[in-house]
Parts: sequence; C-alpha cells; structure tokens
Amino acid sequence: MTSTIENNEVVVLKPEKKEPLGVFFWVCVGWLGVNLLAAIFANFLPIWGPQDSNNYVDLNTGPSFSHLLGTDDLGRDILSRIIYGARVSLGVSFGAMFLAFFIGGIFGMYAAYRRGKLDLILTSVSLVFLAFPSIIAVIAVLSFWTPRSILKITIVIAVTSIPLVYRVIRAATLSAATKDYVLAAKIQGATDRRIMTKELLPNILPTAVSFVMIGIASVIVVEGSLAFLGLSTNVTTPSWGNMINESRSVMQVNPWLVLFPSLAMCLLILSLNFIGDRIRSYYDVSEVKL
Amino acid sequence: MIKYLGRRVIALAVILTIVSFGSFSLIHLLPGDIATVILGTGNTPANRIALYKQLGLDKGLFSQYFTWLGNIFQLNFGNSFIDGTSVSTTIGTALPIDFEMILISQVMAFAIAIPLAMKAAKKPNGLFDRIATGTSFTMLSVPPFIFIVLLVLVVSINLQIPGTGPASFVTFGQDPFHNLVSLVLPSIVLGIGSTVVYFRVLRSDLVSTLQEEFITMARSKGLTRRRIMWRHAFRPSSIALLGTAGLNIGGLIAGGFIVEYLMQIPGIGYMLILAINKSDFLLVQGIVMTIATLIVLLNFLIDFLFGIIDPRITRD
Repeated sequence: MTSTIENNEVVVLKPEKKEPLGVFFWVCVGWLGVNLLAAIFANFLPIWGPQDSNNYVDLNTGPSFSHLLGTDDLGRDILSRIIYGARVSLGVSFGAMFLAFFIGGIFGMYAAYRRGKLDLILTSVSLVFLAFPSIIAVIAVLSFWTPRSILKITIVIAVTSIPLVYRVIRAATLSAATKDYVLAAKIQGATDRRIMTKELLPNILPTAVSFVMIGIASVIVVEGSLAFLGLSTNVTTPSWGNMINESRSVMQVNPWLVLFPSLAMCLLILSLNFIGDRIRSYYDVSEVKL
Repeated sequence: MIKYLGRRVIALAVILTIVSFGSFSLIHLLPGDIATVILGTGNTPANRIALYKQLGLDKGLFSQYFTWLGNIFQLNFGNSFIDGTSVSTTIGTALPIDFEMILISQVMAFAIAIPLAMKAAKKPNGLFDRIATGTSFTMLSVPPFIFIVLLVLVVSINLQIPGTGPASFVTFGQDPFHNLVSLVLPSIVLGIGSTVVYFRVLRSDLVSTLQEEFITMARSKGLTRRRIMWRHAFRPSSIALLGTAGLNIGGLIAGGFIVEYLMQIPGIGYMLILAINKSDFLLVQGIVMTIATLIVLLNFLIDFLFGIIDPRITRD
C-alpha cells in the first residue's frame, strides 16, 4: 500500500482533555455517506446513464444545467460517470479491506492472545512479506493472472494487505491483553472466546476502524494506479482512474474532464484520512510501531 | 554491532530466498502452456528449444528454480522472446534514470521537510504548525497520478513551458540541461509526496523529543536554541525519519512507475508497464526480482545506519 499507512508516526503521549471530534469530522463522515449512498443507489438517481451519449451532439461541454458537470468527448454525462465510477473505487476498497481485516484481524488477535509458537511463526512470516513492496506484488500477480475482474483485483489487494493488518491488530491486541480487566475476566473463569469477543474486541475496535479508513483511502489510490496501467476494470466500465486516464488525451480541449473525477477522488481520500486520523487521536490510540 | 549485523544478514538471506522464489513462481501463474505464452509472437521451434534450455522447463519445479537462480547470479535474466534484447541490458539502462529522479526528489524533500518540521515543532499547535500540518494533510490526499496530470495541465499546456511535457525525456549523457528540465515535474511530484511524509514524521517525533529531560537539561545549561534543536533534538528524532525514508525510497523505486508511465520516462517502472502490455513475461519477472532485491538491500542498509546513529539499537 502507499505511504499513508506504512509511515507510522509517533504520537505525543501527553494526557490531555478530550477534544470533541469537531465539525469537520462530521462533514467528512457525511461526505463518505453521500458517496456510499450515491454509489449504491446510482440506478435510482435522476441522472443520465453512464453510457448515454446524446447522438454525439453535446461533446466536451463544460458544466451546464442539463449536464451539471459537463460531458466528455463522447457526449457522456460526467456526473453520472463519476457516480457509477464510485462503485468500482468503493467496491474494491471496501471489499479488499473487509477481507484483509477478516483474515488478518482474526490471526492477529489470536496470535497476540495466545502468543507462543504460532505467534512467532506468523509474525516472522508477516515481516518477510512486509519487506516486499505490495504494489509490485499486486501489479505482478494481476499481469500474469488473466483475465482480470473486479473480484480478482479485490482479492489480490486484500491478500497483499493481510500482513500489515495482522501487524496492526496484533500490536493493538497485545497492549489490551495485558490489562487488568482481561486478568479479572480470566480469574472469573471466562472462556478464551468470551475474552476475545467481549473484552479484547471492543478495545481494539478504535484502532481497527481508524486503520480501515486509512486503508480504504490507500486502496482507492492503488485501484486508480491500476486503472492507469490498464490493469483494473475494462475501459468501458466507468471508474475514476479510467476517467482520469482517458481524459488525458483531450486535456487541452476539456480540462473539466480531468478535474472533476480527480476532485471526487481527492475529496473522498481526504475525508477517509481525516476520519481515520481523528478517531485515532480521539481514542488516544498511541501509534502502533511496526 | 557484529552480532546485530550478523542477525540482519541471516534475515536478509532468508528474505532474498523467499523473494526470488516468489519472482520465479510468477511465470507459473500463466494460463496454459508456459512456453507458448512466453514465446508469444516470437514462437519458432528454435526459440522453443532455447526457452526450454534456459528455464529448464522439461525438468522438475525445484530444478527449474535452481537453473533460474544460477542464471540470476550471473546477472543473466535471459533474453526477451518478444524483441530479442537481453533483459539485464534493459534493466541496466533503465535503473540510472530512476536513481537520478530519486536523488533529486529526496534532496528536495529533505531540504524542505527538515526546516519546516523544526519550525513547526518549536511551537506545537501554534499558527505555523497548524498551517503546515493542515497543508501536509491535504497534500497527503492527492494521489501522485492526479498531481502529475494537473501539473502537466498547468505547466506544460497552459504556461507552455517547453521540454516539461510528457515524452520530452532525454538522457543525461545526451543533454544534461534538457535532461534536468524534463525531470522537473516528475521530481516535484515524487519530492512533494516524500516531503509531506517526512514533515509529519519528523514533526511529531520532535515534539515528543523536545519534552524529554535531556532537552530541559540542555536548556538549563544555557545552550542556544539552534544548538538544542540540531544537536540534542534532531539526532534522536532522525531515527524515525531515517526509517520512514527507507520505506519511502523503497516505495519510490516501485511506486514511481505511475509518474514515469505518464511522463514516458524510460525508467524501470515504465519498462515494467511496457513489458506487461507486450506480455514480455521474462522481462516482467526480471524487473520484479530486481526491484524487490533493491528494496530488501535498502532496508538492510537502513538497519545498518540505525546502528550507527543510535548504538543502543544494536544491543539486545
């Protein structure tokens, strides 16, 4: 993944009064919600179809009332293509992170709780994989594993993210597992499963959520890069990466075509990063050192 | 120190073995008969025999691996069956371009990030810190491929500055001046990306370092602020910076591809993409192996530097 996740910072460990999450945080959450809803209900929105072209009449128009964000070089509505394109970005990124957390998270929690040989083996394996740049692995595997589909892209990105997720969740669980309330639960005779789901899980949730947000933002960038390389979805499927990539050739004629999908992508990434960052500092999750 | 390095060397050997096996296995992901797919348009009986000999395809998997590894040790990645050039020559001409771009962008990143972080960390949450942190956070959300496209739109197309657009690359040997001009935009994109990351890491590390007792001690001795910042705070904080720089430069070797591709700079990343598009699988395999090895070696170098800056790390 990209540098957003890999470069962890050391957070200042000074007990402070809790700052409220702030207005901007909720604006970001709202924006994420708008993106998700638009992507899910794209079919029901009063917009043009993503492939509708008005008999090649309105080509490369700027923003107007009939086409709020203008049209592209084939006369297709940009707003509609951005909304349908969100499906690819959000689908791949949410899917990949869900999968990576499901597998990496379970292993990370279990290893940190049980320790011992399994922990040692899994941790060494994850270190080896982290030494290898995941984007190269993604490109390499996708270029050999044809024909490509959204499902395959999601799986490949998810699998390459597992080592990092494992490290983060393991470290978060480790610090929670040594707390007195876990000991108290153990003394009361709680089962391992109960301790993991009722005591540990709620306490590592803030870390997980904050990391999921930043992870989703990184996957959106990765998917966009893949689109530029022609390794993502079919070019006829609208996706933000595809749109920015295609519009390069008509950039002089119609700069809107580059600007709007870029803006959509940057704003969503900004929101995700900000949400992740605020949750992290709100719950005072001191950064996990990898 | 020697024991520390020894452990690192063992880890290095293990990782390189795994990386090489991973790169080797890539061609086995290909659907159908490997030889037919690799040969592609260059499919002649003579080529087929050559490929079988080179990859040891008629032997078992492990024997194939050792044949391949033996060739790699002699820097022989084989010849491309698409255009007949040797893979190691292609890699050899492409890599220096990447090194040049990384050098320029990193000099730029450190020159901007270090003074900014120092100034911001002096007064955490002060006006300067807020502006710098806010800006860096926003910049973090602009993917490199959007940044480069927008820069080209403004600089090369609207301002029409010659020699900065895509496909204007010339090698340093041909024309040093135009070479540097053509690398300005890509270096800015890579450089700003690194600057943002370095600034954030160094700033937050400095803020916590400045709360340490040895800083109070230095202050009470009456040392100047400048001396405290550079001598007492920067050195311990530079560990975090160095670790990040290692990851980041490794990321640039691999991640600069998108900028290279868009600007058509024939670096290793661009070569990788061309190779993928031409289905030149041996070249892809060679490049993946080269990049991975470079990154692993870089990490090793960083570990070594850690030991020099902070000798405590080498004691376990």
